[in-house]
Order: sequence, then C-alpha cells, then structure tokens
Amino acid sequence: MQSNAAMEYDYSIVKLYMWTTVIFGIVGMLIGVIIASQLAWPQLNYMMGEYGTFSRLRPIHTNVVVYGFMISGIFVGFYYSAQRVLKVSMGESKFLMTLGYLQFFLYLIAASGMVISEAMGITTSKEYAQMEWPLDILIVVIWVIWGVIMFGLIGMRREKALYISMWYYVATFLGVAMLYLFNNMEVPTQLLSGGLGAWYHSVSMYAGTNDAMVQWWWGHNAVAFVFTVPIIALIYYFLPKESGQAVYSYKLSLLSFWGLMFIYLWAGGHHLLWSTVPDWVQTMASVFSVILILPSWGSAINMLLTMKGEWNQLTENPLIKFMVLASTFYMLSTLEGPIQAVKSVNAIAHFTDWIPGHVHDGTLGWVSFMVFATLMHSAPRVFKREIYSKSLLEAQFWIQTVGVVLYFTSMWIAGITQGMMWRAVDEYGNLMYSFIDTVNALHPYWAIRAVGGTLYFIGLLMFAYNFFMTATAGRKLETEPQFRSPMA
Amino acid sequence: MDQLSIYGYVIGSGIMVVVFYSYIVYLYRSEKRGHKDYEKYGKIALDDEIDSKPVEKGLEPVKKNKE
Repeated sequence: MQSNAAMEYDYSIVKLYMWTTVIFGIVGMLIGVIIASQLAWPQLNYMMGEYGTFSRLRPIHTNVVVYGFMISGIFVGFYYSAQRVLKVSMGESKFLMTLGYLQFFLYLIAASGMVISEAMGITTSKEYAQMEWPLDILIVVIWVIWGVIMFGLIGMRREKALYISMWYYVATFLGVAMLYLFNNMEVPTQLLSGGLGAWYHSVSMYAGTNDAMVQWWWGHNAVAFVFTVPIIALIYYFLPKESGQAVYSYKLSLLSFWGLMFIYLWAGGHHLLWSTVPDWVQTMASVFSVILILPSWGSAINMLLTMKGEWNQLTENPLIKFMVLASTFYMLSTLEGPIQAVKSVNAIAHFTDWIPGHVHDGTLGWVSFMVFATLMHSAPRVFKREIYSKSLLEAQFWIQTVGVVLYFTSMWIAGITQGMMWRAVDEYGNLMYSFIDTVNALHPYWAIRAVGGTLYFIGLLMFAYNFFMTATAGRKLETEPQFRSPMA
Repeated sequence: MDQLSIYGYVIGSGIMVVVFYSYIVYLYRSEKRGHKDYEKYGKIALDDEIDSKPVEKGLEPVKKNKE
C-alpha cells in the first residue's frame, strides 16, 4: 500500500459502470414501454416477427433493468462510496484495479450474452433466472471477483470501523452468492444425456414444487438483495453526504440491518400462496412478510429523519428530492408487499396486475430514483464538473413522479378489478365473467400504464442527456464539493 | 403435526422478540456505560476524504516491549 500523501480516489471503474447504467437503463426501459403498450394494443406484437413478441421481450426487459441498469448503478455506488468510507483508493493496489477492469469486461460479455440469448428465445424459463448455464458460470466468476475486490479494499482500509453501507454491500455479496448458486443448480442436458439437445440447454436440478420453492426463495431474495439491501447501502451514504447531515440514528441502522437479514430470507414462499407448497410454508412466508415491515420502516424512517431540521433542502436541491421520495416509495412498497402477502388479500391479488404495480412502485420509485441520485451526486466528483442543468433535473423528477403514480395507481385499480371479476359467481355458483370480459374492463388501465411508463422513459432520456452533458460540457470545478452537489 | 407447528411459531416468535429486544438493550446499555459511541460512526460518510482523520484508526503494528 502506498503512502496516502497526495493520493486520490480512483474512479476509473466508476466511470465505466456509469455509462452501462445509462445505456442499459435506456434499453431496458424502452423495452418496458414497448411491452406495456403491447398489452394495451396487442397488434404491436407483430412488428418484428418472433423477436418483437411480448413473450420474447418481457424477460429481456426484466433482465436488462435488473442486471444491466440496477446492478451497474449499484456497482457505481459501491466503487464510489466504498473507497470513501474505507478511506482507501482502488489505485493503491494494481491487483484490485486489474480485477476491477476484468470484472467490468466480463460483465459486458455476460450482459451482451444475456440480451442476445434471450432475444433468440434461449431461456431456462425461471423468473429473474432466465440465463442458461454458460452465462450463469460467468456471473459466478464476476461475483467472486467483486467479492475479492470488496474484501481486498476492506483489508487495506485506513478507517477501522466499517460504515453501515459496507455492511449492506457485504450482505448483498453474500446473499446473492448463496441464493444464485442454489437456484441455478442445473443439469446441462447434452453433456449428461449422451448428446441430446443443444449444448447450452439445461434443466433444473430440482423438480415440481421443490423447484418452485427454491425458485421463489431466489426470486424474492433477488428483490431483497438486489432491489433493497444494496440500495439501502447507497442511501445510507449518499443522503447524508449530499445533505451534510449524519444518519439520524446509527443504532437504528444496525438494528434494522440484522432484522432485515434475518427476516427477508424466510418470506419468499409468499409468491406461492394458494399453490401446491405445504401450508406451513405458506403461513410462515406470510408471517415473515408482515414482520418485514419493521426493519424496512426502521431503515426508511431513519433516512427521512436524517433530514430533520434540514427540510428546506427538499425544496432547494433536486437530488434530495429524489432521495426523499425514494425513501417514501420504499415505505409504500414495503407496506404494500406485506399486505399482498396476507393470505386472504393474496387470494384476490395473486396473478393480477396489482403485482407488477407493486414491483414498479418499488423499482421505479425507490431503486431507480436512488440510482439517478447516486450517479448525479458522483458525477461532479468523478468528472470534476458541475451538474449541467438543475432545471432539467427538476423537470425529470416531476415527469417521472407523475409517471410512477400513473403506473401504480392504474395497476392497483386494474389488479383489484381483475381479482374481483375472476372470483365473481352468480347465485348458482357459475363464474360471472369470461377471461375476455376482464380484458375489456382492464384495457383503459393498461393504456394509462403505457402512458405512465412513457413519461418515466422521457424522464430517463432527460437524465441521460443531463448526465452526458455534465460529463463532457459541465463547468469545470476547481475543488471537490464537500456536501451539496453544484449544479447550473 | 399441526400442534407442533403452532408451538413452533409461538416459541420461534418469542425467541425472535427476545433476541431483537436484547440487541436493542445491548446497544443502548453499552452506549450509556461509555463502552461504545455508535453515533460517531455516522460521521464516516460526511468526512470521507482520503486524508481525513479516521473515526477509528486501523490497527497499528504491535510494538514489542524491550524491557
């Protein structure tokens, strides 16, 4: 380790992931807008042959936004903030820098392979785990490299105490590693069947209900360890740093951390309520989902109270707006999720549009807003330039907020209408509505969702332009801002 | 079997409550007795220059006592 005299943090890897965040964001959300429109106007399915159908595009949308946009954004946050809270530069170790570049290029290969293979219809058919075994192996290598870098930085640190964000990064690494390995235990068919099928094809090692339980143990914990835990790591660093206010209660952050870690892992079974899994698994998942409100709100309230006495910043600084609304959406979706996991509510909500509504108020309102704030807070420090346009950032905030509200409110109404119509029976016990009746009733809400998604996507394009201009044409800064990010 | 799972839930919930409340008590008590100051760690995010003074310094190499 070199002397820290005249040392600077090294943001080379941060910059690379910043660009993939923006590019994957545009690709993933554009596909999202297309498939939302296809649900409202089905003729849009027939524009590009098999490559343009809903069934082919939907997994690309989820995988690109989760593993392209979000994971890139999380890596931006990690490579930026981990150096700073550990007070060690990546540049102090050639080994870690080499690993950082290697991880990024392997990530590019994996992400491109993911998009191409899914566009070709090559998929394991498991939600959020569609990638076939060769890509899964590559993902494991990428993840292990990340772990080596993380623990390498921890080993070199000058700050002995690990800041709470680091706890969450470590938990993200360990949680995803464990769950990904178990859920992707798959048998390559050609290798083990004496030449049957394509070389890349595989089947799950588990069968039937067991497969479903492992799948949703992973599926829900992808929500936990990709949509939640690393995003809490981001907000615990970026909100205090941008506002200049220390986290409201460090003790509460520790308590919420352990609560979240212990409770989240048991809640995955709520995706299988009213299915063939044992009753006790369903009840346990339901109970743990409701208890999950406590640590989730513990973190969210801690974030909001961090702004205590400084609420004026909410009107003055658009980055604070993004982060405060992100915590608010975190509270909303972590209350909504447990409500949906109550068995009687789930009897109406299951398989309806309320579920994607819930997912999107979390991902658009909480995760993406935090990713935008992370990139925009880091940009002036990374590029040593002022944020290009405050008014563009403000406009993006309001357009996207309206977009999210249209999205989830339309899906709430559509979902509950759908659930009630599916269950409605006449006095003889016959179903009152056919499936197409529900489609006709829901059409206006699907159109509203497509409009909401389009607004959000317009906001994203504004962000991409603002970010590009910040990196290339923002006014140069002489000194690094301590707290509030400068913007023109 | 049903009875067992009911007892399991009650006992499990009880253990969880005890564990989490004990952790809260532990956090507050160790701060009150002066063993730990948890809130100082919140400053790590604010004062995060590479040459800032660490809130807790990394371990120094152990010096042998020559006497």
